[in-house]
Amino acid sequence: MIFLTRRATFSASHYYWNDSWTAEKNEQVFGRCSNRNGHGHNYTLEVTVVGEPNPETGFVIDLKGLKNLIEREVLADWDHRHLNLEVAEFAKTIPTSENIAIAAWKRLEKGIANGSGARLSKVRVWETPEIFAEFEGEA
Amino acid sequence: MKARFGRRYMFSASHRLHSDGLSADENRATYGKCNNPHGHGHNYGLEVLISGEVDAETGMVVNMVAVDEAVQTKILERFDHAHLNRDPIFVNQVPTTENLCKAIFDLLDASFGSARLRLVRVEETENNFFECFSTER
Repeated sequence: MIFLTRRATFSASHYYWNDSWTAEKNEQVFGRCSNRNGHGHNYTLEVTVVGEPNPETGFVIDLKGLKNLIEREVLADWDHRHLNLEVAEFAKTIPTSENIAIAAWKRLEKGIANGSGARLSKVRVWETPEIFAEFEGEA
Repeated sequence: MKARFGRRYMFSASHRLHSDGLSADENRATYGKCNNPHGHGHNYGLEVLISGEVDAETGMVVNMVAVDEAVQTKILERFDHAHLNRDPIFVNQVPTTENLCKAIFDLLDASFGSARLRLVRVEETENNFFECFSTER
């Protein structure tokens, strides 16, 4: 089995807020991230696909296809957006790095399984060069 | 739903690779320049990976503030700008980065409530790193 990873970057803003909590509790748990005006990051997305190289092409997955898939399914909706206000998944879910990794997985899983023997193995989201979260599916 | 949260840190420390069980010649042959009696130092990169359920209320596996607090008090205050050979952990074992990685894993293990420490990675230089995993996913 070969694990192949493609990186992509996007820039977006977000804030952390739980509507069922008081303002005080939000500030206590989320600190500066609770500022309702939002703040932004340069995110790096790492998409790891696992599979056997195709005997004819030598590819686990066509990287150009993977790049296009990431751009179409994720970047087109997320890049230069306010995640809380403009992205459907985060209307009611806090856009933490963990939840961003899960949402990216859900957007990419089907497109990767289609057309090749490969499958999505892991999505890692870097919020800064020192902070990341990753998701490997529900299994 | 289970996910993982990762965080990176840096610390600077000195060490000397020397085993009391080996002769002076054997130490020099085994550890080369790292056996210099006066020690030498590195800027270590530290990565910790914590696994657990994403809390429905916070959207987090673990609060980064709690991770920073644990790493600061248990690791950085202990090892940053220190000579590793002087630490009690390395009185009876050589402070190779393999042993340092394992020591950091043991010091941090069980520090994150219901979330579990999954991996500790210690980068000794830009060209070598060491990883210690838990067997749990």
